[in-house]
Amino acid sequence: MYSFTYRRPASLAEAQKLFEGASDPKFLAGGQTLLPTMKQRLNAPSDVIDLGKIAELRGIAKSEGGLTIGAMTKHFEVATSADVKAVIPALAELAEGIGDPLVRHMGTIGGSVANNDPAADYPAAVLGLGATITTSKRAIKADEFFKGMFETALEPNEIIKSFAFPKPEKAAYMKFPNPASRYAMVGVFVARTAGGVRVAVTGAGPCVFRVPEMEAALAKSFTPDAVASIKVPAGDLNSDLHGSAEYRAHLVTVMAKRAVAAAG
Amino acid sequence: MTAISMTVNGKAVSADVEDRTLLVHFIRDHLHLTGTHVGCDTSQCGACVVHVDGRAIKSCTMLAAQADGATVMTIEGLAKDGKLHPVQEAFREHHGLQCGFCTPGMIMTAVDIIRRKPALDEKTIREELEGNICRCTGYHNIVKAIAAAAGAKA
Ligand code: FES
Ligand code: FES
Repeated sequence: MYSFTYRRPASLAEAQKLFEGASDPKFLAGGQTLLPTMKQRLNAPSDVIDLGKIAELRGIAKSEGGLTIGAMTKHFEVATSADVKAVIPALAELAEGIGDPLVRHMGTIGGSVANNDPAADYPAAVLGLGATITTSKRAIKADEFFKGMFETALEPNEIIKSFAFPKPEKAAYMKFPNPASRYAMVGVFVARTAGGVRVAVTGAGPCVFRVPEMEAALAKSFTPDAVASIKVPAGDLNSDLHGSAEYRAHLVTVMAKRAVAAAG
Repeated sequence: MTAISMTVNGKAVSADVEDRTLLVHFIRDHLHLTGTHVGCDTSQCGACVVHVDGRAIKSCTMLAAQADGATVMTIEGLAKDGKLHPVQEAFREHHGLQCGFCTPGMIMTAVDIIRRKPALDEKTIREELEGNICRCTGYHNIVKAIAAAAGAKA
């Protein structure tokens, strides 16, 4: 790992000031992606600004119509929260399936979503539930947030503060984990909310995406059969040593069916 | 350099460390507690697992500076008064190790699993060991040892 200067601000304002004053800074959330990439020398920030001591970024609260989850809330906290289990059980289950228990004790929802790894789980929930992302500058709708591979609407010095998730009528997440890495080869989040049905797919393409055709079919009939014959085009999907684009396209349908069945 | 202090195995420690020092290197190179191992570069193997504020984490994927003010427990902190911790005893009894390289991490993870999960069946134990790799045992006796320590049936 290359040298850097470690900073630990106590407030959001201080974090942003430190960011402004540094030449090539990075915010540190749970560090479960950033630190491994720094160890591989794929990332060499001049300053690492640790958000771990900023109290306002943490916590889970029930709110009107759903849940608000602070960006620095750890995966295990979401997985074991009685409020999350009561309001959006699918989200607790998704969190319980991220990485391994050791990673879940450190990794955060904000870090995962800001990084927007194409195979990460949380982006599927954020997009699938149509969450709103509140940052240090503004509120961003999930549909406008995910821009491409490791790309989001966040500006360099913009910090995610919290996520507002609406309570769905039904929701479930199903993933087909890579047998070795356990990252999602394909993960599908299905939700029926007051605003309609949403289907979000992670792992399959360069960035999490929705499947409007499946959403329309499920709006008519929320059953596994409704999506059974809908295939996403393989053209835009990932092909690698773990599976071809055609295989991933096939898995999207299978995982969507299972998610609808699990949502009940 | 950053000044850090924390409690490690019940003892208060402080040091000035280079900002990029990982917690595992602080534990091994500064505190000379070499029971905690480094088995990979990629945060995959779990040989480095210690408890920070009561939670099992990979100490190769945390900066020492992030643990400033925390309470840390390493494998050296488990045995009390010369008596092995029940999980250590179970690993010995059930032959849960061969070369022993993964064992400190396995045991620290196992203690954490048993603390978090009241009912442990074999499937749950195997799932919970997701972040710990052993290249010798084939896991079977590790699972058996953890089940025995948890008081569950293997
Ligand atoms: S040394 Fe920490 S996970 Fe391998
Ligand atoms: S006993 Fe050798 S690596 Fe596990």
